[in-house]
Amino acid sequence: MRRISLGTALIFAGLLAFIVAAIGADVFASNDPLRQSLLLRLRPPGTATATAYFPLGTDDLGRDLLARILYGARASLMVAALSVSVSLLVGVTLGLMAGWFGGWVSIVAMRAVDTMLSIPAILLAVLTVAVLGPGFFNLVLVLGLTRWPRYTRVAYAQTLQVAALPYVRAAEMAGCGPGRILLRHVLPNIAGPLMVVATSEFGLMILFEASLSFLGLGIQPPYPSWGSIMSAGRQYVVRAWWLTAFPGACLFGVVLCVNLFGDWLRDRVDPRSQGR
Amino acid sequence: MPELKSRLLQALIAIFGVLTIVFFIMRLSGDPTLLLVPDGATAEQIAALRHVLGFDRPLLVQYGAYLLDLARLDLGQSLVQHAPVAGIVAERIPYTMALAGGALLVALGVGLPAGLAMAVWRGTWLERALAGFVLAGQSLPTFWSGLLMILFFGVYLGWLPTSGSDDLASLVMPSVALGAITMSSFARMTRIAVLDELSRDYVAAGRARGLSYGAVILRHVLRNAAIPVVTIAALEVGNLLAGAVIVETVFAWPGIGQLAIQSIASRDFLVVQTIVLFVSMVYISMNLLADLAYGVIDPRIRRDR
Amino acid sequence: MIALSVRDLSLAIGRTNIVDAISFDVAPGEVLALVGESGCGKSVTAQAIMRLLPAAIRQTGGEITLGATSLSNLPARAMRDLRGRQIAMIFQEPQSALDPLATVGNQIAEALRQPLAKVRAEVRQMLVEVGISDPDRRIDQHPFELSGGMCQRVMIAIALIARPAVLIADEPTTALDVTIQAQILALLRRLAAERQTAVVLITHDMGVVADIADRVAVMYAGRVAETGPTAAVFATPAHPYTALLLASIPRLSDVPKSALAVIDGQVPQPADYGAGCRFAGRCPRADRRCVAETPALRPVADGRLVACFHPVGG
Repeated sequence: MRRISLGTALIFAGLLAFIVAAIGADVFASNDPLRQSLLLRLRPPGTATATAYFPLGTDDLGRDLLARILYGARASLMVAALSVSVSLLVGVTLGLMAGWFGGWVSIVAMRAVDTMLSIPAILLAVLTVAVLGPGFFNLVLVLGLTRWPRYTRVAYAQTLQVAALPYVRAAEMAGCGPGRILLRHVLPNIAGPLMVVATSEFGLMILFEASLSFLGLGIQPPYPSWGSIMSAGRQYVVRAWWLTAFPGACLFGVVLCVNLFGDWLRDRVDPRSQGR
Repeated sequence: MPELKSRLLQALIAIFGVLTIVFFIMRLSGDPTLLLVPDGATAEQIAALRHVLGFDRPLLVQYGAYLLDLARLDLGQSLVQHAPVAGIVAERIPYTMALAGGALLVALGVGLPAGLAMAVWRGTWLERALAGFVLAGQSLPTFWSGLLMILFFGVYLGWLPTSGSDDLASLVMPSVALGAITMSSFARMTRIAVLDELSRDYVAAGRARGLSYGAVILRHVLRNAAIPVVTIAALEVGNLLAGAVIVETVFAWPGIGQLAIQSIASRDFLVVQTIVLFVSMVYISMNLLADLAYGVIDPRIRRDR
Repeated sequence: MIALSVRDLSLAIGRTNIVDAISFDVAPGEVLALVGESGCGKSVTAQAIMRLLPAAIRQTGGEITLGATSLSNLPARAMRDLRGRQIAMIFQEPQSALDPLATVGNQIAEALRQPLAKVRAEVRQMLVEVGISDPDRRIDQHPFELSGGMCQRVMIAIALIARPAVLIADEPTTALDVTIQAQILALLRRLAAERQTAVVLITHDMGVVADIADRVAVMYAGRVAETGPTAAVFATPAHPYTALLLASIPRLSDVPKSALAVIDGQVPQPADYGAGCRFAGRCPRADRRCVAETPALRPVADGRLVACFHPVGG
């Protein structure tokens, strides 16, 4: 058992806190994140009334900020996890096929990758969400279906390498079909680098969800998202700093942890990259 | 020469691909007419418009017409603003270029020295401090850092204007907010490139002929390390233009990013389409430029061409 | 007269000694070969003389003297001024020792600390001297446009243009084709003699030693095993290691007679260096004393020194 450094432990703790907060949002939140109270608008952190306590204050409609941040974490986690799953599935399938079959399959697939990467990601997402209309489902769909090229690149390059290995050739000669070889022999061997990409994409998707929601193109009111809380809090940035400070700090902290986790993972998957 | 030709061909394929993708995205909702009519149009008006714009024709015909129009640089008329789309977007471009330029300046000015310092002083406290700084820059949501800066420098200290585009001072905060992530990738890339070069024999050889460590870095290492850094510098320009969507909204900066979001709100989708196409074309041309820049920096490639 | 003198030089990584009190002198115009297997400490010795040791390696003792100047306590600035002017170095892989993006002429001019435009004639003359044809074209070319042998000639030009007293050549021909090797060695030999440059040639190749060296110092596991005039050492090696090393060189005359001699066992790692002679574990002549005590270098015949209690033929 290798000893884990304090820094690594902190990264794991941060990620765990995020996931627990997201899953257990209804347990941890003492107030309904959607219940408005015009009498309790923009109350600072620590406000207590006869019936409720608002540790992080309230927003412009008198809703509990802590509850909204917890439910926002859930939205963030779900969008990121689902969209990464979709794009991983699409991207890896394409990459495996391009790497295995080569020829025109790989030419078409890799040209498509180049093209997709030529449209800056956030703009592509903005345009597509705007056309389809905002909302949770469309957000996942758009992020999932626009973010596959990086996986395809990695899966393609790795498959080319692995496919040349003797044991894969042997499996082929033993009569295994391409589907079985790719799933049973190739995929497990290229999982490491793919996980590294998926981790960095996961952090990016959290940022994208927040950004699109901030622009009004993501999670729609009244449902909370870190981005939309900050978007609403923008107008009150002077009077109610907590509306932008807390969700922003959560977002920053989570993305930081994901990025650090990605670096840690990369060092384990590819020891040569140590410290890079 | 064959190298350059294949690069040009790749760029052309990418341009064609982008046009195609955008065409189909615009039709994802089923009826693109609905994206273009102002709010409150009647069913007859919509039907009439559908016919005028040709959206009742077969998809392939529409696609051909779309490519033809673009080839003639006809980007269409905005039905919201009753003006040519090209003009609407063009008048905002200088603002975004100024912002992207400012951000690039921040990113290069901080990122390159930081990356160089991390490589040269590897393993010292300075490297660790800079690594933390770079990581923070990479993880900062631009709209959050933007709001924090507005709060601190604009409201609390009152040093800088919080929004608008009146003078150079109002460009400072948006540039920093937009440049932070790019700064991080420059710093990371520079560090790796310089570390790679520092381990090469010509560094020891330079010192053996009497150059100081600093002189070897200045005269030999930097130029070699610049080769990989130039590529991402070009690619980052595209990302800066795209990131402007968020930063311009936060700082009310009247560039194409703000225009894109405003146009989505006012359902002026031809404007959004034009902005996406414009940014993608810039991105593809920057990519091509980076390839050409190699030849200037690296004599090995210059001769191959 | 002595150009470079190394006295009891010791180098260590952390607490592990990797070079242990080695000494040698080189006279002007003389070629001294420092020969040994990889890992015996010969390359770090070269770096120590240049005072360009990697950060992990420290000099723990000894004195290096260049002419009348002691290098060991020289300020970094003064040492830098000596490099290239008084003491120069050439490397194993000439193509990677040259900056791929700088022209040949610019890199040579750097050794003179002058812009190329000012010293162009001098640089051109130097290219002629190291045997590069068409110098007017070559001077503005980049290393990738030159062959490996030409790059090594350029390295020699860089090293010698400022007329240093001492040249350190670290495996200068290892990366080159055999035919080119001979040309480069002949060039080094000729220039050293003409310019009265003292050359420390670092190599693992006894053939190279025989070709060019006036004297040889055989290193084994961080120590000098034997040193003396090349001809004498080759004719009658005194240290068992030298003898075995020479026996392991294939000779045409040997081929039908016997299998190629090999030295059994392996060179000990620096961490495993014991108290006695470091060759004892592989030495056919070793006894108990060899394991317990370190033999000092002592004179034998023909002006040679050998660190062995039971020298061959002694």
